[in-house]
Amino acid sequence: MSGPYRLAEGGRLDRTTAIPFQFDGKSYRGFAGDTLASALLANGVRLFGRSFKYHRPRGVITSGVEEPNALAGVGLGARREPNTRMTDVFLYEGLHAVSQNRWPSLDLDLGAANQLIAPFIPAGFYYKTFLGPPKLWMVYEHFIRAMAGLGAPPTEADPDNYARASRHCDVAVVGAGPAGLSAALAAARAGARVVLIEGDAHLGGALQAEACHIDGQSGVDWVAGVQAELTERGVHILKRATAFGYYDHNMLYAAQRLCEPGQPPQDGAPVQRLWKVRAKRVILAQGAIERPLAFSDNDRPGVMLSGAVGTYAHRYGVAAGTEIVFAGQTDAALRTALGAIDLGVKVTAILDARSEADIDPGLWTMAKAKVKTLAEAKPVRARGGKGVEGLEVDVSGRLTAFSADAIAVNGGYTPSVHLHMQAGGGLDWRADESAFAPSHAAQDQISVGAGAGVSGLRSVLQTAFDSGLAVALALGFDLPCGKAPYAEDDARAGLTGDFLPAPSVNLKTAFVDPQNDVTLADLDLAWREGYRSVEHMKRYTTLGMATDQGKTSNLIGLARLAKNAAKTPPEIGLTTFRPPFIPVTLGLLVGDDRGFHAAPLRRPPLYDAHAAANPPWQPVGYWRRPRAYLQPSETLAAAGLREARMVRQCVGVTDVSTLGKFEISGPDAAKFLEIACATTVAKLAIGRGRYTFMLREDGLCNDDGTVWRLAEHRYLLTSSTGGADRMAQHLSYIRNVLRPDLRVGVANVQEHFAAIAVAGPNAKSVIEAACEGAPAPRHMGLSRAKIQGTDALILAASYSGERAFEVYVRSGEAGPVWADLLKRATSEGGGAYGLEALEILRIEKGHVETGGEIDGRTSAWDLGLEKMLNPVGGYIGAAGQGRAAFEDPNRLQFVGLKSLEGPIPEGAALTAKAGASAQGHVTAGSLRTLEPGFIGLGLLAAGRTRLGDTLLAWSATRRASARVEVVSPHFYDGEGARYRD
Amino acid sequence: MMLITCPHCGPRALDEFVFDRPVEAITAPDADTQTLVAQLYKRTNARGPSRELWRHSLGCRSWMTLVRDTATHQICDVEPVGGAR
Repeated sequence: MSGPYRLAEGGRLDRTTAIPFQFDGKSYRGFAGDTLASALLANGVRLFGRSFKYHRPRGVITSGVEEPNALAGVGLGARREPNTRMTDVFLYEGLHAVSQNRWPSLDLDLGAANQLIAPFIPAGFYYKTFLGPPKLWMVYEHFIRAMAGLGAPPTEADPDNYARASRHCDVAVVGAGPAGLSAALAAARAGARVVLIEGDAHLGGALQAEACHIDGQSGVDWVAGVQAELTERGVHILKRATAFGYYDHNMLYAAQRLCEPGQPPQDGAPVQRLWKVRAKRVILAQGAIERPLAFSDNDRPGVMLSGAVGTYAHRYGVAAGTEIVFAGQTDAALRTALGAIDLGVKVTAILDARSEADIDPGLWTMAKAKVKTLAEAKPVRARGGKGVEGLEVDVSGRLTAFSADAIAVNGGYTPSVHLHMQAGGGLDWRADESAFAPSHAAQDQISVGAGAGVSGLRSVLQTAFDSGLAVALALGFDLPCGKAPYAEDDARAGLTGDFLPAPSVNLKTAFVDPQNDVTLADLDLAWREGYRSVEHMKRYTTLGMATDQGKTSNLIGLARLAKNAAKTPPEIGLTTFRPPFIPVTLGLLVGDDRGFHAAPLRRPPLYDAHAAANPPWQPVGYWRRPRAYLQPSETLAAAGLREARMVRQCVGVTDVSTLGKFEISGPDAAKFLEIACATTVAKLAIGRGRYTFMLREDGLCNDDGTVWRLAEHRYLLTSSTGGADRMAQHLSYIRNVLRPDLRVGVANVQEHFAAIAVAGPNAKSVIEAACEGAPAPRHMGLSRAKIQGTDALILAASYSGERAFEVYVRSGEAGPVWADLLKRATSEGGGAYGLEALEILRIEKGHVETGGEIDGRTSAWDLGLEKMLNPVGGYIGAAGQGRAAFEDPNRLQFVGLKSLEGPIPEGAALTAKAGASAQGHVTAGSLRTLEPGFIGLGLLAAGRTRLGDTLLAWSATRRASARVEVVSPHFYDGEGARYRD
Repeated sequence: MMLITCPHCGPRALDEFVFDRPVEAITAPDADTQTLVAQLYKRTNARGPSRELWRHSLGCRSWMTLVRDTATHQICDVEPVGGAR
């Protein structure tokens, strides 16, 4: 493969291997070692995409992760990764990329008509639409929504696997350019455990993009030698891993590509790996990012950063054009131009915005000998449409023009301080270079190299080595390290000058942030409209808010704001640097935590027995409980009602093993319980139990359950399934933090015991038969017996309102006990019941439920439980109840609701009429079990004084309503005659 | 992600721990309402060092107090709380 754009030789490519790939359905070939961008440039492709807002034709600007323009969807089907930087994808066989923001094709894009209406979609357009009449917004909305978004994500599920790994080390070095390698070398030689993180597939950073010599070798050979030494010294080198987040206490997150974007893995191997690296010290060596220049139509395909032109030539053997004009303002750009000429790239002119006095005389003389040179020359406008055709230049106030098919621009360098800032560090403004460089570090970190504002290869190598040494020494590693790598070359980047465009530049097409189509005119408009803070300007104009996060554009925007404000950039301040440094795919972050592994599944001890009946499951926290045991062709609602009637009329058994259970023992157990529970406990006789509830410190109800005195100093406390973990934490807090002096032990026995409830008029006979004739305990009493040879604790408590027992047995022995009780219940005409029936029964009985009426906002009074409060006080929440808000007569209070028509929609508002403001809400709704009619429970303002009122239960979301009468919540057996002996 | 040195288990990552409350918000069960309101709702919430109650809930489940700088997340003075569990 050759042509005008692929240099005859050079580049870090395997020219023996041609790799076929596709872009927008057209086949191309590149070499192993190419990126998608370099391969397309080598094929003469210049139009890479369209811009987001105006659909202007765009090419590639950079050669690295900072690329704002050249984004594509890479990969086929479910593997397509949208918005992938074409400069950050290495070529693989079969790579398939499609351009974005265009229809029907990249070459003919109808959306480009947006350029014609550009005057009507200025900065802040989106915000301005909200200020207009709402009717107009309805018009805009279609337009905005159709335009919004970049590439389309795949709709299929991600077929790939993602891995995670962690590393602890003494020193983590981010970036393997000259500075990172030098620092890693020093630290490793001193004896520290080092992790080296590099986003590229090869080490070397900028050394791959320029001709240089270190320690008498070529840059590339020196890198190979260092890599070998680091490997031998046990340094963990993470290649193709981009550190994207710097979190507390020196925790770095890195995204490692094991396959390139869109590349199918072999045999289901992971495609990416998320690294969590915890380091005692971090050395940041991320280098610097080159800045573009603002001039008219500076977004035309072919306008590139000077460093990118250099990188494409050196590393990829690609000429960015056949007639290149350099327009810069640093000595570094001059060197890049001269280096490109040496490789055979056709550079026709070198322009420098500085006056000759500020330019390195040696370089300038060399340049003059080779091409046309002009000082004090600022670009004004790029000519051309879908590709650059020329450059208009302002030379000391005089306009002139050059023919060109590529323009290499350089506006100085911005140290890549992203991780330094994420870690909480500070910055210094360097007026000479118009750049911010790291000042103080907030964590155990140090910045080196170009990222620290150091320039000159020798200086970079030396200072980074010294830093690596100092960091290792501070950690106690002091093995001899030898001398720092040495380079003859120590040329500085040179002065940068200002960012001001030439006076004749048309600001409306001078792009600052090309991905979001933000121009200098937009920034000036924002200023005129009163946006003074950099954070406001950013949000109003969307400067730096695209997927590249303004890596190339933020400082130019900041400089513009500073100029408008007649201040310096540090007086204006910067926007916040937030992770991630590069876009990270969600699949990587999710890893294995998806599908079945998204959350743990807690199986109650009788799970297998229930699963045999294949019931519909209800997730309750991480637990799963059966909703009902369906008969053939029965609906869930019908099954729930049938099971509830079965309990009312005969007998049912249900699994309540997931309830919270705590064993409290010791001489101070009663004292402990009277702190945890809001009811009295101490007077409970041995062998008796009672209903209890617990408050939070703020006086509101937390949970409820029962408490049983098993022996003199031994109690069993139960709580709700959903609140069990919270209760465990709460009891531990009381035990360890509030009252470590009490002689009491608290054991969480939730999973140690299975619990089976037997309820219904025939429950007593089932229990007594199962216990081989031993008498069943009285209501709220307990007994011990053997069922199927297993020790069982039998508690007589009723949730359903019927005579009922809870049978506690060791979890591992629950299966035969469940089978025996179910068999006996079935032979009496009953059977198993699930959560649906449980809910119907408790609604009818008027029992409050944690998560329903105990919703974190209701007090004991609100729920009608105030008579049970311990009059002595001293329990958690006692003081909280004294707050003024508890006296408010209009608090939401627990009431029953009787429908005057159809079903009462759950969650409905209780209102005077449809659309009127809510006076309360419906917490639960149900059919009655044995009588016709619909009932519900609710929380209603001043509800306890409003029995007999008629209201509307009105649900806008369910589009349902019912007129209801406010009644007592106890619909069934208010006296409790059915469960007493 | 913060690294917290559990008095029993050594340095562990934040996701094994739960923050409970600043120590100044630990209220006695028999406190009066005024004291409780002051402790729960009228805390200083100062920028800088804050003594806090934490629990190694996904580890050894022990409680501890520590001093965390609310501005920098620096942690020091970790001390165990309570008796044997």
